Order: sequence, then structure tokens, then C-alpha cells
Amino acid sequence: MSDNARRVISVIVINEASVLSRITDLFSGRGYNITSLTVAPIPESRYSRLTIVTAGSVRVIEQITKQLHKLIPVLKVYEHCDLVEKEMALVKFPITENLSDISTLCGAYNGKIVDVSESVIIVMVADEPKRVDNFLSVVKKFHPKEIVRSGAVALER
Amino acid sequence: MQINGAQMVIEALIAEGVDTVFGYPGGAIMNVYDEIYKQDNFKHILTRHEQAAVHAAEGYSKASGKVGVAMITSGPGFTNAVTGLADAYMDSIPLVVISGQVPMSLIGTDAFQEIDAVGISRSCTKHNYLVTDAKDLSRVLKEAFFIARTGRPGPVHVDIPKDVTAQMGEFDYSIEVDLETYKPNTVGNPRQIRKAMEAIASSKRPLFYLGGGIINSNAAYEVRELVKTTGIPAVETFMARGTLSHDDELLISMLGMHGSYAANMAMSETDMVIALGARFDDRVTGKLSEFAKNATVIHVDIDPASISKLVNADFPIVGDIKNVVTEMLSLASQIDSEKYESWRETINNFDELHPLTFHEDSERLKPQWVIKRVGELLGDSANISTDVGQHQMWAAQFYPFSRPRQFISSGGLGTMGFGFPAAMGVKAASPQKTSINITGDGSILMNIQELMTAVEQKLPVINIILNNNYLGMVRQWQSLFYGKRHSQTDLSVQPDFTMLSQSFGGLGYRVTTKEEFDAALKDAVEKNIVALIEVMVERHENVMPMVPSGGSLFNMMLLEKKKEKK
Repeated sequence: MSDNARRVISVIVINEASVLSRITDLFSGRGYNITSLTVAPIPESRYSRLTIVTAGSVRVIEQITKQLHKLIPVLKVYEHCDLVEKEMALVKFPITENLSDISTLCGAYNGKIVDVSESVIIVMVADEPKRVDNFLSVVKKFHPKEIVRSGAVALER
Repeated sequence: MQINGAQMVIEALIAEGVDTVFGYPGGAIMNVYDEIYKQDNFKHILTRHEQAAVHAAEGYSKASGKVGVAMITSGPGFTNAVTGLADAYMDSIPLVVISGQVPMSLIGTDAFQEIDAVGISRSCTKHNYLVTDAKDLSRVLKEAFFIARTGRPGPVHVDIPKDVTAQMGEFDYSIEVDLETYKPNTVGNPRQIRKAMEAIASSKRPLFYLGGGIINSNAAYEVRELVKTTGIPAVETFMARGTLSHDDELLISMLGMHGSYAANMAMSETDMVIALGARFDDRVTGKLSEFAKNATVIHVDIDPASISKLVNADFPIVGDIKNVVTEMLSLASQIDSEKYESWRETINNFDELHPLTFHEDSERLKPQWVIKRVGELLGDSANISTDVGQHQMWAAQFYPFSRPRQFISSGGLGTMGFGFPAAMGVKAASPQKTSINITGDGSILMNIQELMTAVEQKLPVINIILNNNYLGMVRQWQSLFYGKRHSQTDLSVQPDFTMLSQSFGGLGYRVTTKEEFDAALKDAVEKNIVALIEVMVERHENVMPMVPSGGSLFNMMLLEKKKEKK
């Protein structure tokens, strides 16, 4: 593994006040970086699941995993190897762009037009983060006005 | 029965068997102080600064092995206590620190004496709580004590808004602590321990690297047994002083930046490091890539995150030192102590080549002599706290420690001002021993107001100030690495320490000779009142040996050979 490889870590935490600060403080306090972070409650439990995309050497990732584990409200930490990973993006285009081309492209990335108003359309795509990167670079020529990415979510196979 | 939140705090402290609380009242914690007034189950010691309250709780905890308790108010009361929390966090000292907070309705409004206390303490505590309902208080306090003392110990901060301490509710402390997310592993993997012992048996130059975790785990006597049985020499970290007795033939000395030549050379030459509750701190290892370069590493620690953090462990063992060492002892017969005779010989030769010593001076007292002398006069009968700086290193190098929990000092954070309040806590925990604080002319002024506490509470701490009119350790670095530019370290302007102490009702001495020192110490011990003994020592003495910051452990600056006087 290269010295700064991208890694995805999932963390199961008790869904309580300030638990997210505990996680992000740990990253900033120890000088680890966060590429993206998503969090949502796990249905019918008192836990939430965080998916953190980070980067670092084997040793750094091992430390991150152990330090996360040391936090009292953390139940489990998974450092993923074999996983399914998806990310969503919302993109706003002027309505004057070529809508059929945009729509076709969205289709290729598990997406569609989700909202239309007088001057703009909003599309969504949901795919692997790398493919979302790719989509966003391809649609540059349609002059996107705003882009929102959700950050990655992941599940071990 | 319904009681209010403040009464719940009192009930919880009683249930935990707390006998001493260090603290300072203020607006947001007044409900609790009102209940303290009404009870006599535990003693409250009023320090004169919140930082001192937490340091005193640390000293109390380190000397007794129990959880230390401090209580403070919101805002500045809390921020003053943060240094103590950080200090306890770095040195893994179990504390529960309870702070008042503005009422729930005012949180977030920039109310008087409001600060986001849990936001601040998050990064310097093992865990923290903001209690938003009195019904949570019994559970939170029980968890706080449990988390503080189990696993790798540490400080836990509980922030309680004023209206919560007034709120009525049911109190039930019989609940079991059940933390699904916190289950420290205390028993080392037996197969891994067996493999480690086999590896030790086949090594040629093994070395015990003893750390502060041994003291926390109350495992010093098991470790003494293991060292004796195996005949393997040992070095101690600063935090582990007292694990082995000073007269143990297998104890080399302290290692690290100011470790002895033999200890650092042994660590550089060993082929098998057996780390017990030590964390490979930068002040111990020097340049990491050169540290114990040819050694296999066995690392036993209760904190998995400490293992392979800095030095890769070939045999990682997660568990409580006491359990693991007991297990190791049961397998120790396979280790042939005689096999290491020549290795022990090598180490003895290192020690004879450059022993840990200093040069006496007929003109001025040497600081090292003072430490040794205290050791000769008080030895085992004293507990030794220190502040931070040169005097701290000399104390660690030259005091003849004979038991665990005898040496109380701020290792990880290096907090000047720690020593005096800590020594008060030590005295409160261990009244039958003389409580000495070895300090410097810089450090002592950082919590000098505690003279008042010590006088009022009859905590006869003897502060021995090694006065060199310098911020000595910084001066030493400036002399060695900054072209002798002594920037802001000359402390020539000083109070009259004798009068200072006397003005609080304590004893004061200023000594310049050996005879005066002996007389002053004897007098202070007899009179049993807090004392400042100001010892005028050689100004330019350096702590040696010294591994320059970032240098390899085996590249030490050494004590210069004594010049022959004609």
C-alpha cells in the first residue's frame, strides 16, 4: 500500500450528544485528514454509522482505527478492504443546456433529472466515488451552476 | 426517596468511598457546596486556585492508587482546572473532576461564567459528560468513576448545570455499570505470552523496559519477582521510578534524554526489549530509527493504541500488566538466568565507564548533593514530588527510590507548578510519610498560593527549592544549543522565600552550606509545618548525561571529567 492510500473506515457509535465532535476532534487533534464523512442513525437501534474516507500509511490507518476504538461511545471500527461504496451528487444546470444529453449521461451513472424549475434543472447521480468524479468532469461543458456531493457510504461485501 | 441533584453528587461520592475532595466553590456549583457543608462523610480541602485542586487530586491518586476527586465552578473555575486535566490525561491518572455549569436555560447565551466546558475538556480527558437531567446523575457518576479507574486510567470530567443540581429525582447507585462500547481487555493472550517467553529464552541480551503502567497496575512487586527470577537487567522510565528498589542489582537506572550512560547503552545494545507498560515516548527513545535497532520487541500494555504506535512490536500483548506478568512468572523457569552473565557484565562495565554522578564543589552546594542528602536522611520514609525542570531530572536520577508510588511527578505534560499542590494531595493520602516537594526557583512560584492551603489544612509539605536563579532547564538548552543567549531565563530578581513562607504562617529557611541544609531539613521535619527550604546551589550546573533532542540514545553528552585542582 502506498504511503498515502485512500482508505474507507466505518465507525459504529452510540447516537448521543457530541459524539461527532469526539470523532472529528480526534482527527484534527492527531493530525489525520478527513476526505469525507457521512453519518446517519442505524434504524431501530441506539447507534449511528459513520463512513469516513481518509488517507494515510498503514501505520497511520492502524493508529486511527485504534484511537477511534478508544473513544468510549465507539462500538466497532471497520477498516474496509472489500467493500461496496456509493456516493450521491446533486448538480444544478441552466435549463438552456442540452437537457437530453444531460439526461442520457445521468442514466449512465444511476441518475436522473429530479427537479425542474423555470430557469434550472437539478439532477442526481449515485455511483462509486470515482465514477462520480468522472461524471462531474464530463458534465463541465454543460456549465453546472452548483454541485453537492454526499460523501461516500460503504458496506463490506 | 426524592433528593436533589446536589445531594446525588454527595451520595455518589460517599458510595465510591471518597474520603477527600479538593476544590474551590463558585456560583454554578453552589448547590453542591451547600450539601458539602451539611455532611461530614468526606473532607473537602479548599485550595487557593482550581489548577492546584486538580494537581492535589492527582497527587492524592498517585500516592493512594484511588480515584482523585476535584470540584470546581463554571467558566474561569473550569478553565483554570484544564491544565490539571491535561496533566492527568498525559500521565494516565484516574480522576473524576466535577464542574458546575450555568443553568440549562442559559447554555449557549454567553451567560456569566459560561464556557463550553465539555468542548474544551474533550481532547484532554479520557471521557466527559454534560449532565442535562438529574435522573442521569447516578448513572453518569458511576460510569465516570468506572471509566477513570479501569483500562488505561485517566481523568473523567462531569459538567453539571446549576438547575440540574437543584432538580429533584430518584437516586439509585446500586445499578451495574454496563457499557457495551467500553470493555477493556485485561487478560493477555496466553499463547502470545508463551511465544514471547520462548523468544526471551532464546535471546542473548534481553532488557526489561519498565514503564509507568506498572505503577498504575499495582504490579511492581510482581515485576520485581520476574526480574529476579529471570536475571534480566532492567531500565526504568521516569514514570516507573520506584518499581525496582534503588539497591536492586538488576536495576541499571533511568533511561532516556537524561538517562544514565549504562541504561541508554543497554537499550542500544539489547537484542530483546521487554516493554512493560511503557509507551516509547520521544524523551525515552531519542531518534526512533536508531532506538534499540537490533532488538526484537515485546510490548505489554493495556492500551492497544500504545502498541506499535512508534516502535513496531514483534510480540504485542494487550492486557493488564499485573495479569500478564503473573502469567510470565509462571513460565519463567525456562529462562536460564546464568546465560545472561556476560550481558550483565557488559552493562556493569558501561556503568563503571560513565557512572551516574556529579562533581562536588567546595564553594557552592551542588543540586545533586541536595537530592542525595534528602535520600540519605529520609530515604523510604519520604514521598517525593517534584515540579518540572532540572531539579526534576536530578530527583529522578539521584533519589534512592525504594517503592512504587514514592515518586510523584508530571511526566507527560511537564507542568511547572505541579509539585507543591501534588505534594499536598500526597500528604492527604499518605499522612504517615514525610511529603517532600523538590522544586526550582521557577516552578515554585507557579502555585505558591498553596502555602495558604497547606497552613490551613495542616499539610506539612517540605518544599526544597534548588535555587540557581535561573529557569534552569531552559537555560541549559540555551547554553548548549542557542549560543549561550539566555533569553528570559535569568531569575535574579526574587522574593525573600523565608519571609514569603513566614507571611503565610509556614517555615522558611535559606541555606548555603551542607550543615545548614541538614539542620533546616531536620527542623522542618520535626516542626511538622509547611516549609520552604531555599537552597542556594551552583548556578550553571547542567543535567548530564544528555541526549540532545532528536539525537540517538547512544550519542550522549556526558559529565566532563573533573579537572585536577593544584
